[in-house]
Amino acid sequence: MIFIQVISVLIFIFAIARAGEKHKGTIALVAVLLNAVFSSWIAVGALNGTPFSKTLAGGNIFGDIALRVDGLSAWFILLTNFTFITGILYGRQYMKKYEGQRANLSLHYISYILNQSAIIGIFFIQHGLAFICVWEIMALTAFLLVIFEHGRMETLKAGINYLIQSHISIVFLTLGFIWVYSSTGSFDFSAISQYSFSESNEAGLLLFLAFFIGFAIKAGFVPFHTWLPLAHPAAPSHISGVMSGVIIKTGIYGILRMLMLIHENYLTLGYIILIFSVITGIYGVMLAILQHNIKKLLAYHSIENIGIIGIGIGIGSLGTGLDYPLMAFAGYAGALLHTLNHSLFKSMLFFSAGNIYQSTHSVNIERMGGLIHKMPRTALMFLLGSLAICGLPPFNGFISEFLIYSGLYGALGTSSNSTIIIILSVSGLALIGGLALFCFTKAFGIIFLGTPRYIHTHQIKEATPGAMFPKYLIALLIIFIGLMPQLFIRILQNPVQEFTGLSVPGNYTHLTELMQHISISVWALILLVLFILFIRNVITAPAIITKGNTWGCGYTVASPSLQYTASSFVRSYAKIIKPLVITNKSRDEIRDIIPLPLQTETHFHDKLEAGLIDWPVKNLRGFLGRFRFLQNGSVQFYVLYGVVFIAISIAIPGIIKFIQYMILLIKQL
Amino acid sequence: MHLLSLLLILITSLFFTGIVIRAKSIFSGRKGPGIFQPMRDIFRSLRKGSVYSETTSFIFQLAPTVYFATVLMAIVFVPFGNQAGLISFNGDFVFFAYTLALGKFFMIISALDTGSSFEGMGASREALFSMLVEPAFFILMGSLALLTGYTSFAGIFGALHFGSYISYGIGVLASFVFMTIALIENSRMPLDDPRTHLELTMVHEVMILDNSGFDLGLIMQAVNLKFAMYGAIIANFFLTPGFQWYYSIPIYITVQLGFAVMVGVIESFSARFRMNHNPQFILMFTSISLLIFLGVLLMLGKII
Repeated sequence: MIFIQVISVLIFIFAIARAGEKHKGTIALVAVLLNAVFSSWIAVGALNGTPFSKTLAGGNIFGDIALRVDGLSAWFILLTNFTFITGILYGRQYMKKYEGQRANLSLHYISYILNQSAIIGIFFIQHGLAFICVWEIMALTAFLLVIFEHGRMETLKAGINYLIQSHISIVFLTLGFIWVYSSTGSFDFSAISQYSFSESNEAGLLLFLAFFIGFAIKAGFVPFHTWLPLAHPAAPSHISGVMSGVIIKTGIYGILRMLMLIHENYLTLGYIILIFSVITGIYGVMLAILQHNIKKLLAYHSIENIGIIGIGIGIGSLGTGLDYPLMAFAGYAGALLHTLNHSLFKSMLFFSAGNIYQSTHSVNIERMGGLIHKMPRTALMFLLGSLAICGLPPFNGFISEFLIYSGLYGALGTSSNSTIIIILSVSGLALIGGLALFCFTKAFGIIFLGTPRYIHTHQIKEATPGAMFPKYLIALLIIFIGLMPQLFIRILQNPVQEFTGLSVPGNYTHLTELMQHISISVWALILLVLFILFIRNVITAPAIITKGNTWGCGYTVASPSLQYTASSFVRSYAKIIKPLVITNKSRDEIRDIIPLPLQTETHFHDKLEAGLIDWPVKNLRGFLGRFRFLQNGSVQFYVLYGVVFIAISIAIPGIIKFIQYMILLIKQL
Repeated sequence: MHLLSLLLILITSLFFTGIVIRAKSIFSGRKGPGIFQPMRDIFRSLRKGSVYSETTSFIFQLAPTVYFATVLMAIVFVPFGNQAGLISFNGDFVFFAYTLALGKFFMIISALDTGSSFEGMGASREALFSMLVEPAFFILMGSLALLTGYTSFAGIFGALHFGSYISYGIGVLASFVFMTIALIENSRMPLDDPRTHLELTMVHEVMILDNSGFDLGLIMQAVNLKFAMYGAIIANFFLTPGFQWYYSIPIYITVQLGFAVMVGVIESFSARFRMNHNPQFILMFTSISLLIFLGVLLMLGKII
């Protein structure tokens, strides 16, 4: 069956390459759907309690490759498929603007299918070497997807940055797998488990750290996040959505998988993950607020949400370590649900950003404003996504954040140990919530509300119904999770119990009851809003409604340039966090009596990126630059290098012999 | 009986601002309006027609309704001693805080919807201040959860009892923090002067410059409700252990009265802070909450 699947993917690849331009997207859609149906079928079974398990003969190199789908894999497979389907549905429409680039489009769609297959493979395969191979396919195809607009320098730069960083991730993963292989002789994931049982705690911890760093680079944990805000804006919008929704989640999957396999002091692991996550969450959203490129803003928000998911995982692990199952259950359930939620609202926001980009031809939010009048449907979808990502009820983001909160407060309520770290996580999560609200009121308010801040030479049009359709699909799910959270707790029961064990069924019922209460409250809130709207309509029906200008406090010649801009909205905030970012400000000086139009520009730069990436790269370049004289372009020299190289490689054994002889001689003396 | 808290808050909200204004007028030596004058104003604006700016969209018309509804929804969770609110579950205060945040989100974007520079200014400040105040609330609730072993409003306030001197200290500090949270959330002195003549220095009042008629009335009543709600939470710190109604209700009324007079006093005798000093002031409450948390740890003997 798997062979059939692999062959069908290959057939689709050739079909895309041969097909006419109009049909490439459709073929890719069919391929994605087929992939999705096949893998979801297995995944749904696994979620219902019948895990899938098979062994593939991998020949001499791989040995037996174990394919297993348990609850955890199944959950990730399902959310991957959903985002990939909405992604291709939107991408087909998005790519219509790039007609004429035949080869480029083929490559793009082929990479898309391969990427989906590879990611599903990641969730299937439980064999170190094969895992690395599939991981590599995912990284390479994601690279190809990102650099679709490779004509632009910054796109290519961002792509290469991503490529290099994802290979650093692979180095760490390879290290981990080889480490286990060298001591157990097996690449199977169960060997990792064996290893951690047999070895000391410190060795297990180090092994976990190696895997954690490898997966954290992919997921975008601070300080390994620097590729993310570059790659997302460079990619086409549907790819940004898929990348943020799914590709970075493979890192989360990896961390969860390793947590399941490595039996270690869960308390320590919980502390490590929690500290990383809280910093990630706060740092991500802190920088997100300062961004005026809508896609970069969303990219930093992905970092924040990875932080929230990480807090969930950390609490889960801490709960296991403290032997407090309710905390563990709430933590893991919150993390898994937030993974799904984030993939939903983030792809929604990126797809909406794609609409905005295609109609205004800009991603700079300072040039927008008043778009709600021209693109009402996109505005509504963006608003929905914003409310959900801020974790506000009645949407899905609130549910997962509430689960994480209830894990944290549950631990405080039983006055367990390690309260200090828990209270710090609580305040971190609260701060993240507040900052996210700040960020998305800015994003939504500046992009869609007010009057246009910039006069566009072309007409701004709403996206086609075809491009809106995938957003409606996502919106349905966002609202559904918000209104009916108890259903999702039931679905999550299996995956979570793989972490917490089956022993305490009370946790599950407790959380379902809690979700029932949430559901009631959410419905009450909605009904209350509708009720007051109804009263408002009844009372204001006879009242006189007039239209007028915005009240300018006595000033009557209002102009769009008087409006608050994104920069002015965040100005007081930027002042507060000044020590944490690098502010590059350029300002023209006033010269003459009658000054020319002046310009000031402010750019914020990530301090960690400057320290961890820019500075080493600069120094490395400076160091390597000293050897530039070697590459002088004359063939004679290159021949000489060859000769010298051959001479040295012949001479080395002789030299070693000579040294050995000398040592012997000295010893004899 | 679960309705009791809701009813008390609704009743208090009717005269809360009246008392504040009355207290201010007495301290400044004026006769001042009657206690129910603010309510009369609200009823009048509820019946009035409205003017909407041509710049605005449906957000602007929806926001006041959502704001009012979220405040009402939040009130539903507030308990009265051991009487739980209408809805009560573990972690209900998280829902409480996030519901209020939903209202705030809508008010902020509705201010941006008008495209006015002043309202943008107010929106930016509101967003910043409410972000800064968020951790204080959550840490405070965390400390109370740690102290009492419950994670719902009703559980916490039902089990809160004063045994030692430290717990008295914690009670006082906690009500102080709640009082300032109320002032910050409602943008009153010393952060913001609602009666100033200069739009440049306002927070909340400048955000609603364009609202009129029914919407304005809703917003003003929502502010009253918010005050009464925080007053009710503060009153919960002072209730007697047995929660007999003949003690509880007088205590409740006294605390609300005291709170209202206190707001009046603060507004009469203090000057507004400079806008750029407000963040420091707000962050101070996060540290006070942390202090409370450490106090709780000290009480439970968990501090190492």
